[in-house]
Amino acid sequence: MSSAAAMEAESATERLTLVEGVREGLHTEMECDDRVMVLGEDVGKNGGVFRATEGLIEEFGEERVVDTPLAESGIVGSAIGLALSGLRPVAEMQFMGFMYPAFDQLVSHAARLRSRSHGQYTCPMVVRAPYGGGIRAPEHHSESKEAFFVHEPGLKVVVPSTPADAKGLLTAAIRDPDPVVFLEPKLIYRAFREEVPQKSYEVSLGEAAVRREGSDISVFTWGAMTRPTLIAADNLADEHGVDCEVVDLRTLSPLDAGTVVASFEKTGRAAVVHEAPKTAGVGAEIATTIQEEALCYQEAPIKRIAGFDAPMPLHALEDYYLPQAVRIQDGILETVEF
Amino acid sequence: MSAQDDADYQHSTGAAQSGDEPIRVLDDDGTLLSSAEPPALSEAELLGMYADIKLARHFDQRTISLQRQGRIATYAPMTGQEGSQVATSHALDDEDWLFPTYRDHAAKYVHGADLAALLKTLRGYREGYSVPADVNLMPEYIPIATQVPQAMGMAWGQMLQGNDDTAVLCHLGDGATSEGDFHEGLNFAGVFDVPAVFVCNNNQWAISVPRERQTASETIAEKAHAYGVEGVRVDGMDPLAVYAVTRAAIKKAKAPTDDERRPTLIESVQYRYGAHTTSDDPSVYRDEAESEAWRDRDPLDRLETYLYQTDVLDAEREAEIETRVEAEVAAAIETAETAETAPERMIEHVYEETPDRLQEQLDELNALREKYGDDAFAEVLG
Ligand SMILES: Cc1ncc(C[n+]2csc(CCOP(=O)(O)OP(=O)(O)O)c2C)c(N)n1
Repeated sequence: MSSAAAMEAESATERLTLVEGVREGLHTEMECDDRVMVLGEDVGKNGGVFRATEGLIEEFGEERVVDTPLAESGIVGSAIGLALSGLRPVAEMQFMGFMYPAFDQLVSHAARLRSRSHGQYTCPMVVRAPYGGGIRAPEHHSESKEAFFVHEPGLKVVVPSTPADAKGLLTAAIRDPDPVVFLEPKLIYRAFREEVPQKSYEVSLGEAAVRREGSDISVFTWGAMTRPTLIAADNLADEHGVDCEVVDLRTLSPLDAGTVVASFEKTGRAAVVHEAPKTAGVGAEIATTIQEEALCYQEAPIKRIAGFDAPMPLHALEDYYLPQAVRIQDGILETVEF
Repeated sequence: MSAQDDADYQHSTGAAQSGDEPIRVLDDDGTLLSSAEPPALSEAELLGMYADIKLARHFDQRTISLQRQGRIATYAPMTGQEGSQVATSHALDDEDWLFPTYRDHAAKYVHGADLAALLKTLRGYREGYSVPADVNLMPEYIPIATQVPQAMGMAWGQMLQGNDDTAVLCHLGDGATSEGDFHEGLNFAGVFDVPAVFVCNNNQWAISVPRERQTASETIAEKAHAYGVEGVRVDGMDPLAVYAVTRAAIKKAKAPTDDERRPTLIESVQYRYGAHTTSDDPSVYRDEAESEAWRDRDPLDRLETYLYQTDVLDAEREAEIETRVEAEVAAAIETAETAETAPERMIEHVYEETPDRLQEQLDELNALREKYGDDAFAEVLG
């Protein structure tokens, strides 16, 4: 290849949705590293119920793209064993609401193999799961319980909010030496497209992204809530002259406390937006981190704009459950006008 | 079709009732097998079963169409499986408990669920899960196999409290037999010898994964033996056979003889004709010819033929049942579509008494609704 052609290949992009970004992340990493394998319910022939693994079985074969029996504990437990044997398993949980049978394997074992064995054994694996509400799904299909996993030391928890991040973060997750829970906001699986590099690349775990610079208030969010938060920020700028800084955390564990605190020190005010229930959600962790590290900068109470402390309703009411632009706007205004 | 099931049917044409071969009463055309004894059902009971299967099929078609029109959300169709669902519920006594899955619309209806309520759930109203006070029915289970240990526990509780008239019937799919909960539930059932009947609706597929990728064992029924539970295979598209087998299992659960144990696992061998749910496209993973082959054993056609042959049914009665069934489904749709809901429902019944903090969350929401109107909440992504 001429150097010009090589440079072009290096910089080539394609317009992808978030779910296609996930697929591209799996695809490029399976090409780069033949230890990487994908396993789960319906991931092979069917290409996953959301088509995140579509085409992989044709390209990489049934040994690397495996339709397993319907058993989450079996899938995650066997992935731990596969990782121990030297492979790099990426397990798909069909929906986050169905991860609970695998919870014991994740928190009792994947999370602490390294510490239990004093560093002798490690568990480099990824568990992917579509999560969150807003797509009129049946009961249990709209769960947003990231806090369960954030609470477990030894696990990393990642939530992309853009197609390019989905690919780069997933690549980093697969290469990470520790177990990563990779939560995919299914509300935005296909909501928009963006240019995504065709080459393989990483977006580092543990680094938040400032999506919008601002001086009046820092708004922290992730996943599907990033978009309504940005809409609210635009509305507040237009209608109230309020200048929001919007920070997309991208990794919930480990939390990028540096970016959170630096942003807060600049604005002196904060709101957190998440769709998970308010009580003991990740918003509580962010608010407390700010209190501990930047209390002297604080000019107003920190506001949590969150889901209700009630089970996710069936779809007729889910739009009331999820934070909407108006709810986000009002919450932010209350803080700014304190 | 899997080699195993093909073999099952080849072997079973002579009313086979032994070994791994599924028990049958009717042949593929609906004629009574010469070696088989029809279950002791009155004409009225037979007609009732027939009408319920007809209703189930009509309901299924109407509901799929409502989903296509965006009037309800995701739906799990049951065509091909209604015969088994209707027959197992007909085999229950009123006081027996039913633990259904998301596909058991007909089983629920026959045991006393309101048709309009089923549709309300599909329209996204949790209220639809509630049942009349005298109906012993759990809301449908969506997480796979989780109902199995719970049904076992309910049966155990009935037994401990001396309710000898009450048995528990628990539905599950073939995929569910891979989950730990299935094995834990069955193991407990065997150890505590509880009055429970587990019906595995082996429709050959768990979404895209075929039965033979779910388990390497020859049959699902044989798994029962490892737990000291009786295992039976039945032709799940023969409503009379399913009725007979389930009725016997329920009776045994309540009053076993000295050499019998209470619990039974029934493998009801059947086929899902359509998609897993309305969000699924079966052409990606299976061959249409397979589905066609199973349609030759259709449960509705077979029972209909049998009832005509035995003069229980005639054209006039059939037309009358059809009209009645269509009117009942239409009325249920009307009721479900005129139902209303409100955000208050989200926090009702989360606890017996709503905590103040939760009430405050709702109050905040209602203040915003006043201020911006409900349209502002219609879409999350703007
Ligand atoms: C614990 C759990 N994991 C995954 C799912 C997603 N899921 C829904 S139905 C289904 C297949 C179930 O197959 P089977 O048990 O054979 O029942 P069928 O749908 O064929 O009636 C899967 C994987 C779920 N509902 N629960």
